[in-house]
Parts: sequence; C-alpha cells; structure tokens
Amino acid sequence: MTTPLDRFEHNPVLGTEGAHTAVPIGLGEAIVPLLPEDTVPVGPGPEGGESTSSGGLGIQILRVFVENKLAVVGALVVIAIVLFCFAGPSVYHTNQANQQAALLNPENAGPGAGHPLGTDQTGFDILGRLMYGGQTSLIVGFASAGVATVVGVLYGALAGFFGGWIDALMMRIVDVLLSIPVLFMLIALVTIFRASESLLIFVIAFVSWLIPARLIRGETLSLRVREYVQAVRVMGGSRRRIVGRHIIPNAIGTIVVFATFQIADSILLLAALGFLGFGVPAPQTDWGTMLSNGADAAGNGWWWQIYPAGIAIVLVVVAFNFVGDALRDALEVRLQRR
Amino acid sequence: MLGFLVRRLAQAIIVILGVVLIVFILSQLIPGGECKAVLGPKATIANCSHFNKLNGFNLPVWDQFYHYVLGLLQGNLGYSYKFNQGVTAVIMERLPKTLVLVGTATAVALIIAIPLGILQVVKRNKPSDYILTALSFIFYAMPAFLLGTLLIIWLAFDANIFPVSPPGDASAWAVFTDPRAFVLPVVTLCALTIASFSRYMRSSMMDALAEDYVRTARAKGASNRRVLYGHALRNALIPILTLLGLSLPAIVSGAVITEDVFNYPGMGQLTVYAASNSDIPLVLGTTLVATVATVVGSLLADILYAVADPRIRFGGS
Repeated sequence: MTTPLDRFEHNPVLGTEGAHTAVPIGLGEAIVPLLPEDTVPVGPGPEGGESTSSGGLGIQILRVFVENKLAVVGALVVIAIVLFCFAGPSVYHTNQANQQAALLNPENAGPGAGHPLGTDQTGFDILGRLMYGGQTSLIVGFASAGVATVVGVLYGALAGFFGGWIDALMMRIVDVLLSIPVLFMLIALVTIFRASESLLIFVIAFVSWLIPARLIRGETLSLRVREYVQAVRVMGGSRRRIVGRHIIPNAIGTIVVFATFQIADSILLLAALGFLGFGVPAPQTDWGTMLSNGADAAGNGWWWQIYPAGIAIVLVVVAFNFVGDALRDALEVRLQRR
Repeated sequence: MLGFLVRRLAQAIIVILGVVLIVFILSQLIPGGECKAVLGPKATIANCSHFNKLNGFNLPVWDQFYHYVLGLLQGNLGYSYKFNQGVTAVIMERLPKTLVLVGTATAVALIIAIPLGILQVVKRNKPSDYILTALSFIFYAMPAFLLGTLLIIWLAFDANIFPVSPPGDASAWAVFTDPRAFVLPVVTLCALTIASFSRYMRSSMMDALAEDYVRTARAKGASNRRVLYGHALRNALIPILTLLGLSLPAIVSGAVITEDVFNYPGMGQLTVYAASNSDIPLVLGTTLVATVATVVGSLLADILYAVADPRIRFGGS
C-alpha cells in the first residue's frame, strides 16, 4: 500500500537517487505521517460504499476529510491561530513597533493587570507580541511554501518533460542541494544576504523546493506510462499537451498535500532561524525569536517568555500536519475510487 | 557488489564537486563583494581594489574558481577574519566535537529505536503500542530548540540533575570525562531520530512479517520467536541503514540547534558565531566541511547496506 506522498518513500539501493522525500530528523520538522497502516482510517464511512459515489469529486474529498476528526480539529486550530494573529490586534491593542515607548513598561514583568502574559526584556506586551510575531511566522510560512511549491513543480515537470540528459543534470543539481544540511545552507544565505521578512521567504523557499521537484518529476515518470497518457500519445498529442493537460492535473493531489506539510516545515525553519538569532530584525519579531529571547534568560524562571511562543509553534505545526495527513488520505481515497 | 560500490562512490564524488561549486557561487554572491563584508560598508573604492588585488578577487571568475579548488586540494578553505587565522585550522578544532556529538546521538538513537520498534510489533495494537505511538508523535512535533530549552529549564535549572552545558575544553573527548553534562545534548539531538526510526522500524518489521518467506518459515514450523528475530528482524534492519544514510543531513542540522542551545563548542555553534559576526569565509567553510562529512557518512551507511544485503553482496549489478 503506497500513498501518493509517503514521506518515507525511499529507494533502497541508491540513497540520493530515488524519490525519497523529507527525512525529518534533527530540526524538529514535525513530519508525522509515515505509516500507511497507522493513518487514521478513512473507509467508505457509515453510509456505505455506494452512496459515497453520489456528489462531485470535491464533495467526496470534503466528506472523507470531515470524517477525520483530527483533521477537523487541525483545520479549526489553524483558523483560530490565523484569527488570533491577524484579527487579534484590532481587539487587543498593544504597542509593538515603538521600542522607546515599550521601554516605559516594566521589563520582564509577570502576568498581571494590563499584561495578561507579562512583558519581555524590552517591555513589549507578550500577548500582543505573540499576535505580531505570529503574523510574521504565518506570512513567511505560507509565502515560502507557496514559492517552493510553484518552483518545485515547474522544475520537476520540466525535468520530466525533457527527460534524457537534461533530466539527469537537473536532478543531479537537486541531489547536490539536498546533500547540504538545511540549517548550514540557511545560515550561509542569511549571512550573505541580510535577513528581512521578504528575503527570509525566498531563503526558506530556496531550501524547500527540492522535495516537490523530486516528487513531481517522479510523478511525471510514473504517470507517463499510464494507459490514458499512452492513449493521448497514440492519438498524436504533443509532449507539452501530455504534461500540461494530463500529468500536472493528475499530480495536483501530491502538490496540495506537499504544500500543506511545507507550511508547517517553513514555519519550523523560520522558528529555528529565529532561535539562532537570524530571524526578522527588531522591532519586528517571530515566534522563534521570541522563544530565543526567553531562553536566553531561562534560569530566571520567567516562564511567560518561553511557554506561549513554544506552545504556539508546536500547536500550529501539529495542526497543519493533521490537515496534511487528512488531505493525503482524502486524495488517496479519490484515487482508489476512480 | 563492486559495481554498486563504484557507482555509489562516483555519485558521492559528483555530489561533493557540486557542493564545492555551489559554495563557490555563494561566495561570489556577497553584495558588494567580500571586500565590503570584511572591511565594512564604508570601505572606499581604493581600499577595495587594493584588498581585491591582495586576495586575487580582481581575477576573472574562472581563475578564482581554479585557485579556490587548488586551495581546497591543499586543505586551504580561506581565511577567517574574525579569528584571524585559516578557516581550516578553526574548523579542525571544532569538527571532532561535532562528530562525537552526532556519532553518539546516532548510536544512542539506533540502540533505543530498534528495540522500541520491535517491542511495538510484538505488542502491536496493545496499550504499550498505543502509548509509544502517541509518544513518538509528540516528539515529532517537538522542535529540537524547544525540547532543548525545556530540558535545560526542567532538568538543569529546576531539578538540578544535569549541568546546563558541557565542558568547553578543547579536546573532543572532554565530554566523556563528565558524561552527565553530555546527557541533555544527546537526548535533545536523538529524541526526534528515535521517534522516526522506531516508527520506521515498526512498519518495516510489519512489512517483513507479511512476506512470503515468513509464511514459509511458519509453515515449516518455526517458532514465533525464530520467525520474529531470525527472519523478520534481519530483513527489517536493512532499510534502517538506508534511512540512516538519508537522515544524516537532518541530524547534522539538528546538531547546529543542539550546540547553540547547550553552548557546545562544535561546528554548529562555530557557524552561528561566524554568521552573527559576518565572517562569510568561515560560514562557507563550515558549510562545505559539514556537507562533505554528511556525504561521507551517507556513503558509509550505504556501504554497510551493501554488505548487509545479500542481494547486493552476491548480486552482479
């Protein structure tokens, strides 16, 4: 039983040759799904096999998705966090931009009146800072996952489209880039090009497009030999038509699932960079930078500078992984029913 | 097997050449050139042209690349402006420490993860299996920097069981003189590896149990124990070696975070320090060395794989 995006697909003979995907060790990239037999069961559901075939494809996918309770929880958590970060500041007004004014607040104050979650080292209100930093984390997460997916899909499809030595060369480039430990690459890039929010999006995308490139190229190669593609070929369809009208649309499931997991991974990569001190420049912040500032004074017992940011990171990452997991199952069911 | 090894070696060499090229390209991308990075943004044009001439940065790109590769072959990785000495010397002081940390964490991860995976198969769909599954999912979601910070707060500051950071001695073996100080960094680095390896071991073992040779062994009357350890385990271990090779880049990335959290004086901490001081030659040097070490490690894992798998050991190609 294989899933469209088994994140531990591997070629047992040549480590870097096969369509292996992310191996989530070390960084804490929370890549949960790797066991087909452990994925939350999404059978035909209580209403039985026949009745599920009613309704459109989108309805079917939605139904399988909703049947997965973890996924619904995940989606709700994502919505809640987005609302908290983007709508929260209009309800809970705090100063998050003026460092001079923030210094008038008591520093490192514990939770209490006026500051429900206390203040940080420079007097910024932590609850407000959580919203403000969350905006950065979410924007960078979504944007870099989007850039990485688009670039990776185009690159992988092109490699599959051309085939031959161009494909070989393009995939060797991917192999080489994948062999560089992600954090070293990220640190080198932020050292050379000074970090800003928009730059971080591209830096994180730069280390993230490799996996979708591989996935889509693999998908292209496997779809190429399907009967319907051969039928198009027999009827004289051009290679451009085969890739554009038949292969990419059929790989859309893989693409969507990858993008969902990538948002979680991008948020984690940004948090890791922020933790190492290479996040967005002050007075801007992100959750990793907040955690890092809190951890610098870990011995002081100022828990409000550590737990809120830490919990926020874990919560959003787990939520996106639940959603991605369920999407994969939903899309796989679609494949099986076809 | 020889064919496999030759192909795998050739592949590793190609990857390393590619990495050298990429690191060189990165060094060419510094805005304003290396001069501004070293002499500061206020350096005049005359300063820069003198600096460039002195360091050969005025030569055509191909000449610079040629000299760069020539230098690499002689073990010259460039000059660290922060440490005021050769990059190679600075790195060589730190590399053994990271190798010890990554090596220990990987070994501990394997020693714990493999029995855990087996235990989950033996007790599959029983409470202990579910508890271990839940635990591994928690550790998946826990980034190393958060886990490390929490361990420091709970076990070093609050409970006072372990020191906050390992001794900063120059010798790589210093960590073993005070093993207690080495516990938290290793736990931080291997927690996620254990979570993923044990899950993988579990599924790999389950796959093996569904194979025909297991059915044959059972039909011949082999005991459950013999089927499990004599047949399934030996075959299930082989994919773990592949996973190990594939996981190394991520483990090395994790070492950067771990070293930063625990102030452990290895390559990762050096890279972070160099980056915060804009010492670009040093950052690129550590990147290159860390990558080459990773590629060599993956190569070793694949060679082990070839030795362990009779289909390759006795097979032609």
